[in-house]
Amino acid sequence: MITDHLPILLIVIGFFGAFFTPIIGMIRKELCSPWATFITMLQFLISLLLLYNVITAGNISYWLGGWQPPWGIEYAVDILNAFVLVIVAGVCFSVSIYSRKSLGLEVPGKEMPLYTLYILLSTGMLGIVVTGDIFNLYVFLEIASLAAYALIALGDRQSRMASFNYMIMGTISASFILMGIGYLYVMTGSLNMADLSRLIPALYGSPVLLVAIAMLVVGLSIKTALFPLHTWLPDAYTHAPSAISALLAGTFTKVGIYALIRVMFTVISPSYVIETVPVMSMLTWLAAIGILAGSVLAIAQYDIKRMLAYSSVSQIGYIILGVGLANNIAMTGGILHILSHSLMKVGLFMVAGAIIYRTGIKNIYQLKGMGKKMPYTMGAFVVGALSMIGIPPTIGFASKFYLAWGALEAGNWVFVVVILLSSLLTAVYFWRIFENVYFGVHETEEIKKDEAPLSMLLPIIAFAVLILLAGLFASLPIEVIKIWVTGVLP
Amino acid sequence: MVLELIFTKYNYIIYITLMTIGFYGMIGKRNLIKKLIGMSIFQYSIFLFYVSAADVSGGTAPILLKEPAVYVNPLPHVLILTAIVVAVSTLAVGLSLAIRIYREFGTLDEDKILELSK
Repeated sequence: MITDHLPILLIVIGFFGAFFTPIIGMIRKELCSPWATFITMLQFLISLLLLYNVITAGNISYWLGGWQPPWGIEYAVDILNAFVLVIVAGVCFSVSIYSRKSLGLEVPGKEMPLYTLYILLSTGMLGIVVTGDIFNLYVFLEIASLAAYALIALGDRQSRMASFNYMIMGTISASFILMGIGYLYVMTGSLNMADLSRLIPALYGSPVLLVAIAMLVVGLSIKTALFPLHTWLPDAYTHAPSAISALLAGTFTKVGIYALIRVMFTVISPSYVIETVPVMSMLTWLAAIGILAGSVLAIAQYDIKRMLAYSSVSQIGYIILGVGLANNIAMTGGILHILSHSLMKVGLFMVAGAIIYRTGIKNIYQLKGMGKKMPYTMGAFVVGALSMIGIPPTIGFASKFYLAWGALEAGNWVFVVVILLSSLLTAVYFWRIFENVYFGVHETEEIKKDEAPLSMLLPIIAFAVLILLAGLFASLPIEVIKIWVTGVLP
Repeated sequence: MVLELIFTKYNYIIYITLMTIGFYGMIGKRNLIKKLIGMSIFQYSIFLFYVSAADVSGGTAPILLKEPAVYVNPLPHVLILTAIVVAVSTLAVGLSLAIRIYREFGTLDEDKILELSK
């Protein structure tokens, strides 16, 4: 049956699509973008099907070429995988619809290489999430990273330097991950995640395991842009083409967080990283500092994309905080925040891209009168921003509520204060935009309604509606996440 | 004790030394090409770690012979072949970025580029 092969189809379709993009581009350049939309749509549908299968029929283990797991490569899908798969594939799909006009203006005439890289990036990220083999994870991480460096370098004048710095940081991160995997392999002789988790308990107390954990945590923290290692992120997101910023903000850092959760809680057991070696509590403190620092730095920015990038640093802190607190409720909140941050940040970056598409304005103090000029786009922006602050009917409220509740459950009042304070700071930096957009008076000219084109407006509205719907029916994703969390945490 | 460690595990000491040199090159040098050279040394030191850790003295390739011989696990070498491909493509991306930066700014010095891009 073809449904048995869904995990590998996800990857094969992607590589097939990327391989044929140049050929399609040679026939007609304009076909590249619909082709990318088609491929990412297939991937999205497969992800949805995988999530459905995992919820109804339990975990999936796919053996590549029929080789039994510890020797062959295994694709293992459980609820966490499938949940992140749906988010990543969904974002890739909707941004590919959005990107046709946006990239057509910002990167004219380069559709063919652009969409080849786009599909490679999407496939690389899905590969990181779907694989059950730790070396495979490294390879997919590099596929996705290389595509991301090249895509960022297609932006404005400074983007090449931003991309170069990202490449240096990304290579350090990937090398550390490779080294951590090497240490684990030398000690256990296995690369399969499930097999490793059986073999590692015999190594408890060994300094080599500690070095391996340190390397993996540092490496993955750079990829997720956890606070002191976030320096590549603001430049990369500011100077990349808007659609690419939206794509990376919604998916790549989340995939890094997924890998961190997978390595810490599946490969190495939760009890070891929480009690024996306090890796998780160290991460929570870094995350707490990052939440505040990201928000404060966001207030200081004038460029709308740079502001959103710094706000990403702060939101990533929330997710790591929830994961690091590692009790049932905080963990649920953290994983739910992967969904909510993807929805909010992709929506907001797409709005920023739409504003740049219509007017070319990046400075938030020049946005006066935009509420009349682009009413639907700015309406979506308000929904996204309210969700970032954490106003009730949105998904942002649900995840922040769970995070604060989890922090209370852990008995750590400092983190509750941090979460609430950061919500206030978030309100401050979004309020500046609201004020300019809706209450700022444009002196010089009459404002005509000039909405973004439909192919851009549609994904933006869809994300705003999704933020509200996911907030109203938040119990649905929460129930799904809880199944995984209760299975992992004692 | 320390001397014995140095003489029996010298491959790890070489790998750590190379790694530190590469890391310094990536972080400390201001010229983009020197950064890339540092990056390559950094990556190759890790390959050295994998390959040397897998070696068994006197071992041969694990080909089915009539007599069972001492053989070397080939998997780390295969993994490193993959990683070498990745390292080469990273270097290619890095060099092409350096070319674009040079065309844009006329220099490869990081401080000057930061000044020019303000």
